[in-house]
Amino acid sequence: MADEAATTTASRRSASDMLKRLFVRLGILPFLLVIAIIVFTLMSDNFLTGRNLMNVLRQSVYLMIVSLGQMLALLTGGFDLSVGTILAISSVVGAMTMASVYAMAPDMVWLAILLGCLGGITAGTMIGVVNGVGVAFFNVSPFMMSLGMASVGFGIALYLTGGVPVYGMPVAFGDVFGFGTMLGIPAPVWVAAGLVAALYVFLYQTPYGRYFYAVGGNLKAASLSGINTRGTLFFTYVLCAAFAAIAGMLLTARLDTGEANIGASMPLESIAACVIAGVSLRGGVGRLENVVLGALFIGLVQNGMNLARIESYLQTVVLGALLILAVIADQIRLRYVASLKD
Amino acid sequence: MNTSLHHDAGAHAQDARPLIKTRAVSKDYPGVRALDGVDFELRPGEVHVLFGENGAGKSTLISILAGANQPSSGTIKVRGEDTHLGSVHEARELGISAVFQEFSLIPQMTVAENLFLGAEHARYGFLDKKRLRREAEAILDELGFHIAPDQTVDHLTRAEQQMVEIAKAFRDELSVLILDEPTASLTNHETDQLFKLIGELTARGVGIVYITHRMAEIRRIGDRITVLRDGRYIDTVDAKTTSEDELVRLMTGRMVGAIFPKISFTPGEEVLRVEGLTTPDDAVRDVSLTVRAGEIVGFAGLVGSGKSETMQACFGARSASAGQVTYKGQPIDGASPGANIRRGFLYLPADRRTEGLMMMRSVRENMSLAALDAKQVRNGPFLSRSGEVAMVSDLADRLNLSPNRVERAVDHFSGGNQQKAMLARSLTRDFDLIVFDEPTVGVDVGTRASIYEFIAGLAGQGVAVVLISSDLPEILHMSNRAFVFYRGAVQAELPASELTEENVLSHFFEREAA
Repeated sequence: MADEAATTTASRRSASDMLKRLFVRLGILPFLLVIAIIVFTLMSDNFLTGRNLMNVLRQSVYLMIVSLGQMLALLTGGFDLSVGTILAISSVVGAMTMASVYAMAPDMVWLAILLGCLGGITAGTMIGVVNGVGVAFFNVSPFMMSLGMASVGFGIALYLTGGVPVYGMPVAFGDVFGFGTMLGIPAPVWVAAGLVAALYVFLYQTPYGRYFYAVGGNLKAASLSGINTRGTLFFTYVLCAAFAAIAGMLLTARLDTGEANIGASMPLESIAACVIAGVSLRGGVGRLENVVLGALFIGLVQNGMNLARIESYLQTVVLGALLILAVIADQIRLRYVASLKD
Repeated sequence: MNTSLHHDAGAHAQDARPLIKTRAVSKDYPGVRALDGVDFELRPGEVHVLFGENGAGKSTLISILAGANQPSSGTIKVRGEDTHLGSVHEARELGISAVFQEFSLIPQMTVAENLFLGAEHARYGFLDKKRLRREAEAILDELGFHIAPDQTVDHLTRAEQQMVEIAKAFRDELSVLILDEPTASLTNHETDQLFKLIGELTARGVGIVYITHRMAEIRRIGDRITVLRDGRYIDTVDAKTTSEDELVRLMTGRMVGAIFPKISFTPGEEVLRVEGLTTPDDAVRDVSLTVRAGEIVGFAGLVGSGKSETMQACFGARSASAGQVTYKGQPIDGASPGANIRRGFLYLPADRRTEGLMMMRSVRENMSLAALDAKQVRNGPFLSRSGEVAMVSDLADRLNLSPNRVERAVDHFSGGNQQKAMLARSLTRDFDLIVFDEPTVGVDVGTRASIYEFIAGLAGQGVAVVLISSDLPEILHMSNRAFVFYRGAVQAELPASELTEENVLSHFFEREAA
């Protein structure tokens, strides 16, 4: 992040052509990051402090984990609008399982936590399984499939809870996964770091990671090159849902309740994080490390706006505008790429 | 500087004011000069061929002439007057229309709607559909195209879509028509039709700018040829008297001998046997054939004759409803492309953009795509990045990838080099049967020669090669045996001794007459 910022400031001094090339290489994110940091530092003294930045990191991990999954969907040329619902389902099912096991066997705290997490993540992942079957085997467009499942899942979550939060989970769950720290770093950050590392290895060190890029890059070419395109697509949505479900459990630990209403802003925010990070909506293009930065950027903006006392209603406006700006920037970038090509 | 300009090339008077004259036109893109001081002149009534390798600047020049792009420097005179062609619309108003290779048709709209797209007739602010239809019919009739104006475009064949695209140029009064490889997807009959039309247009004094790689077309309709190389103007020569070798020399800047290599075949054992293969959509009907190791078997026929579809069905990229496919003695009916690739059977598709390459990904990823489960790029469950890089850079060297930068996106290479990136897949593991579907479409002569050599080399190593091609000379020179396809069935099998142009052509149409 720091060195990208440095390259960006360096380019300011040189010609606009240089800036253009940098933009084509790096995308819009480094520019936005620099602007955001400058603006918020000027607006609030508390912004650029170690404590606050750790805060940003802790608050962003949920979005970051969801964005990892969303990135896979975008890479293959689709997207997943049901990530918010998956968060809700995993939170509700996880909390209910945990609470009932805990009620039956109050001594076995860790068994309750384990079964609760398993139940929540499995329930969330099932949404992804259905998405994957629809997209990969019935050729339903990812838009319709995940939009439909978003409604189905949300309905189930509300039905299960009757609309009220689920209480009764062991305190240890929140203490460890919500508020716990290790070496001074919050537990959710450790989880996110582990997932990022695992996904990085999977995407860039194994052939299977390449398949995601191939399927999104050119489905036909991938198929003619012997890649199991249906399997890859199916797996995309399952993985995406699994990530969202893990985020759902972590958020449940933080809130200490299972809620059907969490995650409503996740589809938009996760897609925004990816697109700002240069993941192409046409598929096949995007880097994991940039998506991590993209999620951090959104966390940074939200945090900065909070410190600058910008009303939360207005924050939603800013977020939507940023998403559109990122898409426009992507288009402009494409035009530059085309003009550089000839 | 250049005397050949003053040859009396065209059939029309020399003193006629040129329709278009460019002087020192350049086009700069950041970091690249796509056109460098090009002079070009189009006289009324001539067919002026633009000739050059992929990336020589032909496309940039015509996009400037058509108003789609503006030059960085230089002047354009239209009928003697300095003109700024700010947009396609402005160019059209001056009678300059272009038909680009990539279609600008909206598949869901009817032919008539497409013809008048952007210039709809309206009465009191409402569409005048009757007039639209009437005039569309008139245009199609005048051109002799048998296409119903009410048909939606997605129901048309590619050739018919090409005709609609051409017809669009005739919406306004036409004085300059720019055609970018218009015959690439046309059948012979349709090509004849187009050439007749071009003849009528030139007789009316319309000037034609024509891009093609096909020598026969240049001979048939060309008056003058302007050769471009690396964005620079090289020469303008007479189309009727300039020899092919001379043109190739001008285009590549070096002497090029025959582009086809000498091949001596030593056919080995049978690798592929197809018996009674039929597809559910009847694209392939009861096809039986065999392919042996170490030979190149040519598949000739028109577009849609079943020559590509047959191999796609064998490869598992298309389903079959009947018949048996045996590969090295084992039945492989219903096997997936992945399974076939692991057995050593590869099919390289005809359309590299839509079926072959991931355009926005690097050459490295594109080359290794079919070999990600092969040993040399694997390290247990992980990818061996070093193994992959070693394999790919070796292939890039062997195929003369230019520029030799394997991390660059395929999209940023010329057509010929894109083709190399795809063909390189055939060397990423030990294949015993490789199908090349139209391996030289849209590829310049220089690259074509190296592709032929490459294919011949594979056959020499004992690989069984199937060469599917619409380019007859390619079939005649490269294969030691050929099958001619017609309407989904094998019309004839021709051994080397009977491989002549007449023989092959006679089977293209034989039953159509009956």
